[in-house]
Amino acid sequence: MLDILKDQFWFSAILTVILAVVILGVVAYCIYFERKISAWMQDRVGPNRVGPLGLFQPLADGGKFLLKEDIIPANVDKPLFVLAPFIAFGVAMIGFAVLPWGGVVDLDGDGVVDVTAQVADPGIGLLYLLGIGSLGIYGVVLGGWANNNKYAFFAAIRSTAQMLSYEIPMGLAIFVVVITVGNLRLEEIVLAQIGEGNVWHVVLHPFAFVILLITLFAETNRTPFDLAEAEQELVGGYHTEYSALKFGMFFLGEYAHMITGSGFITVLFLGGWHLPGVPGLQPGDVSIWAMLFKMIVLGAKIVGFLFLFMWVRWTLPRFRFDQLMRLSWKGLLPISMILAAYATTLVYLGKATNIPWALGGNAAILLIVLIYNGLLRTEITGRQANLPEVTIPAEARS
Amino acid sequence: MLIAESSLAPYASIVIVIAVAGVIAASMLILAHAVRPALKGDVKDSTYESGMPVIGDARRRFNVRFYIVAMLFLLFDVEVVFLWPWAPVFHKAAATGEAITTAGGQPASAGFLLAAMGVFAVFLVVGFAYEWRRGMFQWD
Repeated sequence: MLDILKDQFWFSAILTVILAVVILGVVAYCIYFERKISAWMQDRVGPNRVGPLGLFQPLADGGKFLLKEDIIPANVDKPLFVLAPFIAFGVAMIGFAVLPWGGVVDLDGDGVVDVTAQVADPGIGLLYLLGIGSLGIYGVVLGGWANNNKYAFFAAIRSTAQMLSYEIPMGLAIFVVVITVGNLRLEEIVLAQIGEGNVWHVVLHPFAFVILLITLFAETNRTPFDLAEAEQELVGGYHTEYSALKFGMFFLGEYAHMITGSGFITVLFLGGWHLPGVPGLQPGDVSIWAMLFKMIVLGAKIVGFLFLFMWVRWTLPRFRFDQLMRLSWKGLLPISMILAAYATTLVYLGKATNIPWALGGNAAILLIVLIYNGLLRTEITGRQANLPEVTIPAEARS
Repeated sequence: MLIAESSLAPYASIVIVIAVAGVIAASMLILAHAVRPALKGDVKDSTYESGMPVIGDARRRFNVRFYIVAMLFLLFDVEVVFLWPWAPVFHKAAATGEAITTAGGQPASAGFLLAAMGVFAVFLVVGFAYEWRRGMFQWD
């Protein structure tokens, strides 16, 4: 048994199955916690009928999704209608493959490293993640198109424009890490944040971290960027016509996407499975127990981000579409370009991991942005400048 | 395992992941199809647009600005895809201080690599400034 596990291929296969089951479970309970947290923030009780504290609610939800009637309206594009939830869910479930869950492992304790606790470790792991993230758009745009429903169609083109717009600042914010580390392999990016003279990248480039966090909210269609399903304007958004399990798959896909995205930002900026100074979490710790400990630490960081996602959802209102495009093209894109240029300059000068240089530059860029915004303050009203004044009749005022 | 020895080994694992995800998604759809009720009805099968009688379908013209966003995305995403593979090469050249041999067999120093990407970036920034000036990013 152990001999099979020492083969990276079979280790990966078994890890894949375990991770897929764990992620499905976490996704199901994400929905429960989303409801519990929203209830907590709004001073309600939340789900409390199914089992103790409502803990069996996800099981009941799953059964209901499965048994509900699945309506396929008459004028939808039927093949695409079925394909869209398949893509939305399937794509969200393959992103975790390249995340480094627990470093390298020595399974039998003979001092020789046997396998990497990672499903796949290609040299272009980061490009793979970016590509898979982009594929997520297809679920939305195919779903909205196949619906043949005006609201769903508007939601689909809106959210396509949104995801495209935010992918560029995301790519440039990640570029800051890539140029600092000089590697696209995710395990190397984690190792570059550990050891003498190395710190988590969030300490070097906090500004890039914030930009990546913002774009992550937009890429996963979470509030304040959930224009794809703006109920007041677009009925249910791109999944208006979906019911039963097909709707459920869009729903589960969104949460799986959040998990992958949280793992991604953790690996890039928050040291992955590493905690400074904690024994068992250093690159030299290769036992099975160290691997499990590392997985738990990475999982805890991901759960922290999931909580942040939910916290923001129940705190902030939704953007309007013009504000959304303005933030991306006129705000995040120029800033991330400047950050990328600055990080490249630091590497050229040999100061890539020099904390005062990196932090000073980040502070200077933040200052420039604030001054620029202060000087060129434009009131965002959503009203075109060239429209005539609105005159309110005297009788309407009283 | 022969495949485990080759440099393609990570991709074999990715194929497994894709297969597992596909099987889970497909089995969900098939299982739901097997157990759910399927009743037909004229009203039930009509498009839901807030209860109004549906006028026409959704295959109609929409705002041209969405096309412009798609075109701009193409431009800038090419930049990102260009930058990412360039970054490790540049990092290596800058860190070691030695010239990198390019695919054409020419030696390229870190300064040369920086200048090459700089030319590309300048064109992009000029284009970006032009788009901004022309109001391509003006949505309100």
